[in-house]
Amino acid sequence: MTAPSIPRATPRTRDTPRAAGEGHPGTIVAEHFSFWYGKKQALDAIDLAIPARNVTALIGPSGCGKSTFLRSINRMNELLPGTRHEGAITLDGEGIYSKTIDATALRQRIGMVFQRWNPFPKSIYENVAWGPRINGGRSRGELDALVESSLRRAALWDEVKDRLRQSALGLSGGQQQRLCIARALANEPEVLLLDEPASALDPIATQKIEELLYELKRELTVVIVTHNLQQAARVSDYTAFFYMGKLVEVDATDRIFTSPREERTDAYITGRFG
Amino acid sequence: MIVGPRPLEEPSSGLAARLASAGVGDRVYRVAITLFAACVPLLLLLIAAEIARAAWPALRTFGFGFLTSSAWDPVNGAFGAAPALYGTIVSSIVALVIATPLAIGVAIYLSEFAPGWLRQPVSFLVDLLAAIPSVVYGLWGIFVLIPLLRTHVVPFLKDTLHLGATPLFSGPNYGPSMLAAGVILAIMILPYISAVAREVLLAVPRSQREAALALGATRWETIWGAVLPYARSGIIGGVILGLGRALGETMAVTMVIGNTHEISSSLLSPGYTMASLIANQFSEATGDLHLSALMAIGFVLFVLTLVVNALARWLVWRVARSA
Repeated sequence: MTAPSIPRATPRTRDTPRAAGEGHPGTIVAEHFSFWYGKKQALDAIDLAIPARNVTALIGPSGCGKSTFLRSINRMNELLPGTRHEGAITLDGEGIYSKTIDATALRQRIGMVFQRWNPFPKSIYENVAWGPRINGGRSRGELDALVESSLRRAALWDEVKDRLRQSALGLSGGQQQRLCIARALANEPEVLLLDEPASALDPIATQKIEELLYELKRELTVVIVTHNLQQAARVSDYTAFFYMGKLVEVDATDRIFTSPREERTDAYITGRFG
Repeated sequence: MIVGPRPLEEPSSGLAARLASAGVGDRVYRVAITLFAACVPLLLLLIAAEIARAAWPALRTFGFGFLTSSAWDPVNGAFGAAPALYGTIVSSIVALVIATPLAIGVAIYLSEFAPGWLRQPVSFLVDLLAAIPSVVYGLWGIFVLIPLLRTHVVPFLKDTLHLGATPLFSGPNYGPSMLAAGVILAIMILPYISAVAREVLLAVPRSQREAALALGATRWETIWGAVLPYARSGIIGGVILGLGRALGETMAVTMVIGNTHEISSSLLSPGYTMASLIANQFSEATGDLHLSALMAIGFVLFVLTLVVNALARWLVWRVARSA
């Protein structure tokens, strides 16, 4: 077996036909990526390839580094003072930390949704139009069409089409979270990062988000951090298990949950720790 | 022996006495505190009533015309508040126009850009502006600001920007003026606006900044497009608080405004404010009607600041509700 130097989420044997997502933009590869908050090391030499047009779940106990890794992909972590990194993360072969890459342009290509939904205190329309507006260069008609298509992609259009001018804060929590997804999609990103997007939602709202991810992966790369192992099993094609800042194991989700190679993975998914 | 709920036993007499005395103490304490608290609104009502009572002869004599008349003739007993009302509002507006962008700029710098070690000392220095006695501002106005305006700023406005043709900057500038009053007031209210704006900006949740940054916004786009809109109502509340201070400020304004009971379109001309009118004339008021007219001026000022403060409260409440 020719094991690549980077543990690929792409499986080596089974279920490969669609899985690799090769030929599509949105492939993320971390090479020996380490990250520090001040003196505290949060990530230790992560090697991980995330295939395009799939859902990859990052799991692990609290403080294991999965959120740090997620926020390293769109360079949100570097906004905190006193952080540093080593190694590289590439998006379609381009080093995202390279000097020629503009972090703001990068974040337009890599959307992010947070644990606690954070719509702006503006109208529903203005929330979705916010990203395209700051990037500029769109006519009124184009913007209208983009807002509609983004809300449709986030499965929110039918619920809000009659009140686009009303405040986003009047929506339910689940709707606000889908609005945040629509807002990220309006930038037409190649990658969507989700940081425990449903952990504060009720089961029905959670189910809507999960169904949404299933649709979204046809068009973009989805990376989701979750504490909920059932959720990871339901929504993801690949699962990466993080522990103490290290990547323990990554594989197709069904294999991680049925026959993990590592003892620690097995212990975590069966609830023996974490 | 029956085990289960039992009736309450009588407490021992010592304990009962202590409880009873504590009850009396509690009651006395509560009544006293309630009285103290009631004093404040009562005082406000008393002041309002007393001013209204003293102003009544003038208000009855001149009616609504008191607000629109420009007369101030103690000899013939003709009084009108228009120039002082105009001066109060115009000098305050000038102050707001100058102070608001400056104060918000200071607040943005301190909350978003200043490194941690610089934030505290600079905030402290800005807040210190509010601690300078207003008579000191007045002196500074007379000896520094007015000469500066006359020799540098006014020639610049007239000759370089060619604003001399506009009504706002027409006519000669002899020194004391509405402009000088507005500039002094701007410096005096700047710390209030900037302190409120700074706190409001710091209170904007990190999640709002992250939302904007994650959409690919630059630092400036984040501040302009997400942080400021979120803080908008609170900042407006701070501006109105500053306006309230400017409307009532007396000493410094009296020293630099020129104290002329006239309405002039030009900011370079001297003027009057309600507060400076009262301060100037109260000690030498001749006759009951004159005194009553000054009281009526005070009443108008009182109502004006009350309305402005109520507006500020309402805005702050709206912010608290939406957050």
